[in-house]
Amino acid sequence: MSGCPDPRLPGGPTAGAWQRCKEGFPLISPVRKGQIDLLVVGTGLAGASAAATLAQQGYRVTVLTYHDSPRRAHSVAAQGGINAARPVAVDGDSIHRLFADTLRGGDFRAREAGCRRLAEISSGIIDQCVAQGVPFAREYGGSLATRSFGGALVSRTFYARGQTGQQLLYGAYQALMRQVELGRVTLLPRHDLLELITVDGVARGVVTRQTHTGELEVHTARAVLLCTGGYSNVYFLSTNALKSNASAIWRAHRKGALFANPCFTQIHPTCIPSGDAYQSKLTLMSESLRNDGRIWLPKQAGDNRTAHEIPEQERDYFLERMYPTYGNMTPRDVASRRARELCNAGHGVGPGGRSVYLDLTDAIKTEGRDAIAARYGNLMTMYERISGDDPYRTPMRIYPAPHYTMGGLWVDYQLMSSIPGLFVLGEANYSEHGANRLGASALMQGLADGYFIAPATVTAWLAGTPGSDLTSDHPACREALNSARARIGQLLDNGGHRPVDVFHRELGALMIDRCGISRHAEGLRDGLQRVAQLEAQFQNEVRVPGGPEGPNPELEKALRVNDFFGLAQLMLRDALAREESCGAHFREEHQSAEGEAQRDDVNFAHIAAWEFNDYGDPIRHQEPLQFTDLQPTTRSYR
Amino acid sequence: MKLTLRIWRQQDRKQSGAYEEHVLESVSPELSLLEALDQLNEQLISDGQRPVSFEHDCREGICGSCGFLVNGQAHGPRTATSVCQLYLRSFGDGEVLTLEPWRATAFPLIQDLMVDRSSLDRLIAAGGYCSTGTGQAPDGNALPIGRDQATRAFDTATCIGCGACVASCRNASASLFVAAKLAHLGQLPQGQPERGKRSRAMQERMQQEGFGSCSSNLECEAVCPQEISADWISWMNRESRR
Repeated sequence: MSGCPDPRLPGGPTAGAWQRCKEGFPLISPVRKGQIDLLVVGTGLAGASAAATLAQQGYRVTVLTYHDSPRRAHSVAAQGGINAARPVAVDGDSIHRLFADTLRGGDFRAREAGCRRLAEISSGIIDQCVAQGVPFAREYGGSLATRSFGGALVSRTFYARGQTGQQLLYGAYQALMRQVELGRVTLLPRHDLLELITVDGVARGVVTRQTHTGELEVHTARAVLLCTGGYSNVYFLSTNALKSNASAIWRAHRKGALFANPCFTQIHPTCIPSGDAYQSKLTLMSESLRNDGRIWLPKQAGDNRTAHEIPEQERDYFLERMYPTYGNMTPRDVASRRARELCNAGHGVGPGGRSVYLDLTDAIKTEGRDAIAARYGNLMTMYERISGDDPYRTPMRIYPAPHYTMGGLWVDYQLMSSIPGLFVLGEANYSEHGANRLGASALMQGLADGYFIAPATVTAWLAGTPGSDLTSDHPACREALNSARARIGQLLDNGGHRPVDVFHRELGALMIDRCGISRHAEGLRDGLQRVAQLEAQFQNEVRVPGGPEGPNPELEKALRVNDFFGLAQLMLRDALAREESCGAHFREEHQSAEGEAQRDDVNFAHIAAWEFNDYGDPIRHQEPLQFTDLQPTTRSYR
Repeated sequence: MKLTLRIWRQQDRKQSGAYEEHVLESVSPELSLLEALDQLNEQLISDGQRPVSFEHDCREGICGSCGFLVNGQAHGPRTATSVCQLYLRSFGDGEVLTLEPWRATAFPLIQDLMVDRSSLDRLIAAGGYCSTGTGQAPDGNALPIGRDQATRAFDTATCIGCGACVASCRNASASLFVAAKLAHLGQLPQGQPERGKRSRAMQERMQQEGFGSCSSNLECEAVCPQEISADWISWMNRESRR
């Protein structure tokens, strides 16, 4: 475990370990809590829930978000649902099954204790959200309704039509705004994080840019919580909101926080495919559509008839054919790879042959249009808006797109990064999803971190760590401020001529090609060189109009893309070093005769944690993974 | 296709603004209007001019960031569509589109098409929540809620806080926004204990923030990208007498 800090895993059996840990944590008196400042960055599910809970415990919490309102955080866009193990349905779900599915879905590249804790907490999350007034779907008798998601054979996903993320986020946002009104939370919208401040290696604050005025500010606290989401926008076209970025975690990484498994990016199989060169994003169609939709392609390559003209016997329902057990419900990585292979082999449909059909015809025939509309109405409308086609009449066209990033800052069992006092929650950390995230598990993890885990572990850390207030004229604050100012100056003054987006688009195309659904050593090595060249061009040729003052959206973009270059190189390096195929990371050199991923448990049953190095290549550390409850088995969804 | 964009440009609140005209010569009808603005901005930057500022983020109609008037209509001509989901195929070749920011006292202008909508957050802070703590919630199934009741609550809970209702009301009232939140929580058993208090607090805050009263011309309902019915405003008015 050279160089990797102690993950502080609980001793004894993993079942019940979290409860035992909590009972052993030191506490802080309510009076003392009132004198402690905490900083929460980001207001998505993890950030809003953590801030609301910590404020309710009595801490003085300052919340920073680059949005104009906490309600805009990208969690709002999550569609399908949230998993929870509630043994209420007849299909026999249990905490153990959810734990096993999570670990297995992640291809045994996550910590056993973390997955177990997530499954144990999951049920309480649903209760918490119901109490806040989240209008989950209900059965006629009034009990909570569930549906099933990819990678699972039980129905354990709780949902609010196709807007589950929105409803869960509004619950957390409303809890947060209640604390704002009570004066326990100071909410600072339109604040973009530029630097992390550390004193003697401990996180003590951040430097932000107020995006209205351009003013740089220093905010100090006893602990900092980064809840800043994922970095899929490194691919330019992704399902993420356009402002989603890696800057907060990347600046922390440069200050010493280890970055774990950066190459694990989930490519979601069901997205609306791309078309025009100026297209700015890819829109996800909830995976829940796979419950009722059948995925197919024409059997014959190059068949350019419309979907309706292709008779039943000439259609290849390839997931059902290859995976009789899971069929259209195979996990995301498997479904994405099969779609890409068939499109590459000339079976793809739509412009450039870059899509497959997701066909709801059978479901509409059996259940009726109204039933389908009630289940997926908003998704159908969204599809129609974007593609111009009516999905009730013509099968939808879908293609895989970069979606969720399983990699992120390394954290120990208590969600603390390798920088003491810096906690990382939700998608911003790397934890619990391993090499591939199960559908409907992101919302669960974000809320588990925010409502239940961090509030306990942050308190435990503060109780054991004496500290004093830091004033903003401390040399560390001035240094961070100067560094932020210098980076802005460099971008504004370079006299280039090409807009930021031109570089971002080129970076994205490179990354999807070299480090997308599948990777190979030669492509990764070449990618590393090209990204470095592109970064050098960016530094010399980018044009950022306007000055440092006032609103300057181009400057915000430039700062983010600047950080994406560094991250992209780390992703390529990580993918190159991991000489195996697992989950979303598919190395073409490591596959079985049937084209399935070949894991190497002897050499790679570990988390790769990268250390930033000012003077050369980053350093790769390993945190070995041990399995006691479940033994790693080859994933098979056939 | 060819498109002429007549855009309101204003550096900040202190300076006066004016329309500026830009022609996009060959733009794909497959693009969204915001993507057309991206394309225009790239041109402007390459020509050394200041790009147009507009709010946007998710670009799939759910975050509520985007919104401006297109030819005088909030979010443009399509019903139940936020402006990020407005595709150029909705317009004719050679059309002229006038883009202006939301107008309301409670939404001060920031720059070009961007306004400050934090007053909506302050409305939620006034009482748009259930005062529940964390960690000790009862079993969600111990509180049965009929499917129809849950669906009705959901219909009002979907408000994305874009502010189109305010910008389209001749009195710049936030009644639809407030009514939607009151109806979401007021229709669920969890929201009952604070129902009257919530209604009074949020309506009082609405006045303090500078929103007008309901003008009953139903423009709010017509422009709402989530199709929230203005009937809920009548519901809210009954609610305040509780």
